[in-house]
Amino acid sequence: MSQPTLATSYLKRGLSRQTWIIIGIVLVLLHLLPRAIPQIVHIVIMIYLFATMGQAWNVLGGYTGQFSFGHSLFFGLGAYVSTLLYLKLGITPWIGILISCLSGIALGLFIGALSFRYGLKGPFFALIMLAFAEIFHMITMGWNAVGGSPGLLIPLKGNAPHLMQFTSKQPFYYMALWMMVGSLYLVWRLEKTRTGLYFLSVREDHDAAEALGVDTFKVQMIAMAISAGLTAMIGTIYAQYLLFIDPDSTFGILNSVEIMVRPIIGGPGTVLGPLLGSVVLTPLAEITRLAFQSYSGVYLMWYGMILVIVIMFLPHGLMGMIRQIIDKYRKG
Amino acid sequence: MNLNFVLQSLLNGLLIGGVYSLIAIGLTLIFGVMKVINFAHGAVMMLGMYCTYWLFVFLKVNPYLSILLVIPILFIIGAAFQKFLINPIIKAPGHNQLFLTLGVSLFLQNMAVFLWSPDYRVLKTHYANITYYIGDISISLSHLLAFGLAVLFASILYVILTRTDLGRAIRAASEEPQGAMLMGINIKRIYWISFGIGSACAGVSGAAITTFFPIYPYVGDIFVLTAYVVVVLGGLGSVLGAFVGGLIIGVADSIGAMFLPGAMKSILSFIIFILILLFKPTGLFGR
Repeated sequence: MSQPTLATSYLKRGLSRQTWIIIGIVLVLLHLLPRAIPQIVHIVIMIYLFATMGQAWNVLGGYTGQFSFGHSLFFGLGAYVSTLLYLKLGITPWIGILISCLSGIALGLFIGALSFRYGLKGPFFALIMLAFAEIFHMITMGWNAVGGSPGLLIPLKGNAPHLMQFTSKQPFYYMALWMMVGSLYLVWRLEKTRTGLYFLSVREDHDAAEALGVDTFKVQMIAMAISAGLTAMIGTIYAQYLLFIDPDSTFGILNSVEIMVRPIIGGPGTVLGPLLGSVVLTPLAEITRLAFQSYSGVYLMWYGMILVIVIMFLPHGLMGMIRQIIDKYRKG
Repeated sequence: MNLNFVLQSLLNGLLIGGVYSLIAIGLTLIFGVMKVINFAHGAVMMLGMYCTYWLFVFLKVNPYLSILLVIPILFIIGAAFQKFLINPIIKAPGHNQLFLTLGVSLFLQNMAVFLWSPDYRVLKTHYANITYYIGDISISLSHLLAFGLAVLFASILYVILTRTDLGRAIRAASEEPQGAMLMGINIKRIYWISFGIGSACAGVSGAAITTFFPIYPYVGDIFVLTAYVVVVLGGLGSVLGAFVGGLIIGVADSIGAMFLPGAMKSILSFIIFILILLFKPTGLFGR
């Protein structure tokens, strides 16, 4: 028995037919869910949206090791770009979401080019992302042409599929579901590619990767582009879902925290981590919000507590814990 | 825009800059020793403000006098935070400590929301009404006192760091932890002491502004964001840098406020922040 090396363990990773069938069944069940239990559709949509953004953060933070403390920047950009395009130029959000994605990528590449060129990493990268998010927050707060601090309302048009507006929540449910499944699949595939391994090499040892010929700048830029573009698209869907955006709920610091806390708790650098984190945290947030309506921040107290406990006792997040349990079960 | 208006804004900026300095000194001290960026610093400052507030409301303690109580309280909170939460994972990869302080910050801020409601509270004292005039320029006593206290405590800390054995040990531990350990310095003790001192700095800054600044659970966010800017500008780990940086950012904010709408006044300082991070991440006084 030879020790499994990193290379073989990656090559052997594939899913058996059984697993594919289970995934297929789960997907069918998830498609039936809004009809079966319509009461929880809102919570599940939020789970999917935050899982997808968590996945986007995970590509940059979990896999490539660049922890962004300002991912609300891309989320807010996505929400504002599509909304402003619709309100000022009448462009449908279906085109808006693509432009959002592209502008997210462009902004991500701009910040990436600045910070990775100068070798910014660790807390410095976290802070520069925070600074950019905060600058956009201040601009949207102070500039009345983009709504100022009251924010922007998207006028209600009833059931207007061509404007990404629906009277029922179901279409958003399917959109969020497929964004989530798509991001999951993307990252799962990416993990096994050369680029995916380059991500890990940058995270594990930036200098060694560079010495071995990995173009670390390019690798970080790719991670940034995927992460930013995906987050911006969710921003657009979120804006269309709520039909209202304001600077605090989009570019605010708390939103960055919301985005990053799920993959961190679920297990950064794992495919299922962000989804697991979102499944655990999102209902907690929504339920606490209902229970303490006037104290809207109380659920963040739980987040804080869970975050501290996970960091102290489960350094690899909930996924790490599950893996440990599975290993134990297999051995015993 | 006349000269008096400009001088008035610059003076106000300079005075609030002193408070930024003291907050940033706490942050930079903790970073210098432990290489941890403490995201809970703002929450700790908020606790300092509430301490002063409740001492005033229940015991009628003069807000400036309460600083003498705030210092030990916040020192103990900070030291305990380090000892029980950060120390167990001090050897883990750096981002874990970052996330841990973030978690503590979320917990403390929202605990404050839960216990004391998210309402803005104002501490009404006669200090807020006293204003001095030099020509046409007004100086409010509460701003002046906050600045004075910040400078006073920054100087005390500077003397402690440069003139006492404890201070030398702290500086040794931040420059060369291995070497300091070999010289018989108890690094773990230095860690919790510096965290305590850093938190006390945040607490004092919070207490010093209660007479003219509203008190609410997320109040720390505004100040601590500025404090990161200050700390990076002055050079992470440099106490002198944090002091000078605080004054510079205070003035930069007031210049921003002259040209930009209120919500955008800090844009200038954030642009300085990004430029410093990119072109001179060691800051003005960093090595």
